[in-house]
Amino acid sequence: MEKQKALYEYVLRLADDSLILGHRVSEWCGHGPILEEDIALTNLALDLIGQATSLLNYAGELEGKGRDGDALAFLRYEREYKNLLLVEQMNGDFGKTIMRQFLFDAFRKPLFEKLQHSTDQHLAAIAEKSLKETKYHLKHTSEWVIRLGDGTEESHIRIQESLDALWKYTNEIFYKDDVDSVLIAENIIPSSEEIKAEWTKTVNDVLEQATLTIPSNNWIQEGGRKGFHTEALGYLLAEMQYMQRAYPNMTW
Amino acid sequence: MEDKNILELERRFQEKIDNDIKIEPNDWMPDDYRQTLIRQISQHAHSEIVGMLPEGNWITRAPNLRRKAVLLAKVQDEAGHGLYLYSAAETLGADREETIDDLHSGKAKYSSIFNYPTLSWADMGAIGWLVDGAAIMNQVPLCRCSYGPYARAMVRVCKEESFHQRQGFEIIAHLAQGTPAQKEMAQDALNRFWWPALMMFGPNDAESKHTVQSMNWKIKRSTNDELRQLFVDVTVPQAEMIGLTIPDKDLKLNKETGHYETGEINWAEFWEVVKGNGPCNKERVDARRKAKEDGLWVREAASAFAEKRKNK
Amino acid sequence: MSKKEWPLWEVFIRSKQGLNHKHVGSLRAADSTMAIENARDVYTRRSEGISIWVIESNNVFANDSSESDALFEPADSKIYRHPTFYDVPDGISHM
Repeated sequence: MEKQKALYEYVLRLADDSLILGHRVSEWCGHGPILEEDIALTNLALDLIGQATSLLNYAGELEGKGRDGDALAFLRYEREYKNLLLVEQMNGDFGKTIMRQFLFDAFRKPLFEKLQHSTDQHLAAIAEKSLKETKYHLKHTSEWVIRLGDGTEESHIRIQESLDALWKYTNEIFYKDDVDSVLIAENIIPSSEEIKAEWTKTVNDVLEQATLTIPSNNWIQEGGRKGFHTEALGYLLAEMQYMQRAYPNMTW
Repeated sequence: MEDKNILELERRFQEKIDNDIKIEPNDWMPDDYRQTLIRQISQHAHSEIVGMLPEGNWITRAPNLRRKAVLLAKVQDEAGHGLYLYSAAETLGADREETIDDLHSGKAKYSSIFNYPTLSWADMGAIGWLVDGAAIMNQVPLCRCSYGPYARAMVRVCKEESFHQRQGFEIIAHLAQGTPAQKEMAQDALNRFWWPALMMFGPNDAESKHTVQSMNWKIKRSTNDELRQLFVDVTVPQAEMIGLTIPDKDLKLNKETGHYETGEINWAEFWEVVKGNGPCNKERVDARRKAKEDGLWVREAASAFAEKRKNK
Repeated sequence: MSKKEWPLWEVFIRSKQGLNHKHVGSLRAADSTMAIENARDVYTRRSEGISIWVIESNNVFANDSSESDALFEPADSKIYRHPTFYDVPDGISHM
């Protein structure tokens, strides 16, 4: 695989993670558990949509077929979205949303830390900006995981169930194929082993403070990076793409 | 003796207000002033919070990334504005949770405009342009209201609101100059939101029971009809400029006064919506109540955790 | 199940280095960590601050406003505490 093609594919994966998760978190706006947290969740969504916009625009440039960020965000078929299965999962209760975000942030923070030194200047710049946002997200979600885990009996049970339900999607975070190998060789992206070590450390540490138990079931559910998704994504896209599909070729 | 004291306190209180000296939380104030303010501020706060819902309805269907981010930021600001206002009400002794419970039980009111549905993307434009436009007319004078915390909250709100109306106008102006389908969508949104926007200023002055006292207390600084007229006068030329038609066949400019004269507002509809019979009253309050109920376990967990840490 | 509302916190923001923290409003939070984060999300969305203080509202103590006259008016008559009270002859500078 040539470098340019690999980089396009890689940036698209990062972009879709932000786009789809940002969309999910934005569903909370107006429905949060308390006003202050409603505002906090929307800040998360805004950061993610912002990251998605920068990344998708860059992906469009790399692809070189004249597609901009909006064309990529709103006018691809389901199979062409390359996000992790983790991020497309339904919001569930507040605890599930927080756990999904935490498991993701624990991966994104070390990733952006490394990517800010990428030999690809454009990617490095996006990573540097996104890192600041992601550090805050990880702090916020870690604290909530600990609060809910070590809060009441009910909250402990609920968040443990969310962890159990999402755990099978966490291995995909470290999915690796040709795209990665090509870019690792060029020092454009870090190796997934480095990221995995940090992710594991963060997750173990926070879950321990939260008095939660890491599921023993290590079954791996993956496919997102290759475009094979769960049933949840189709509905999300139907909603997200509604305007662009119903009123094609118009500007807004 | 007691009565004489109260009269003296009331005299000094009104003197402060007449001299434009702000009333602050710990100052003596007549109980009616406190209750009227609590009612007004909390209604305003509820309007911000319920107002998140009709626009929130389109966040996941925004047509492009820029519009999605702008809409999210705008709806989030409304949550912030609700919060600033609940904070101002708390300085008067109105506990936030109790205030919110009054909304959920139907005891407290909010702006009736939010009981209308948002049926197309153009409604995001109409709401920003008309609803925020009308709200700004109401809010700017309140930056000078007599109660310090309310006035300060309004300064903050108005500063942040200034982008809301612009983004709405940008949406609708863009549609009005777009394809026939987009133009139709824009006109349809104006048709549906024009009259409810005029109703936002409340009943005619002759019907408005609180106006006189509130004006004396400077917690209301212009009458309903004055503000409504101001809104019509600035909005009609804007509609003409972008090629949309105000849905009022009686609308005309009075050359002598320089003001636009509108047709009769359907007050029967207004009172029905206030009473709870608008298209979305039930959905709006149900959504707020559900958010609170679904969040109960979260709030309890955080309290329990804070308690544990304190005792460690 | 007891209905227990999170405590109220007063929020103070320093808008830039060199300025005092200034009271901006209040919010609800279960603990101080959360109060600071909520303050960040609620009160600094437009880059209004670089430093945040929070204090639980019930730890703020205020003077009795009915005693304001006795507390503050006596200072009004002590005009000699202000430099404008003093005559400086023409031609004297650096004072």
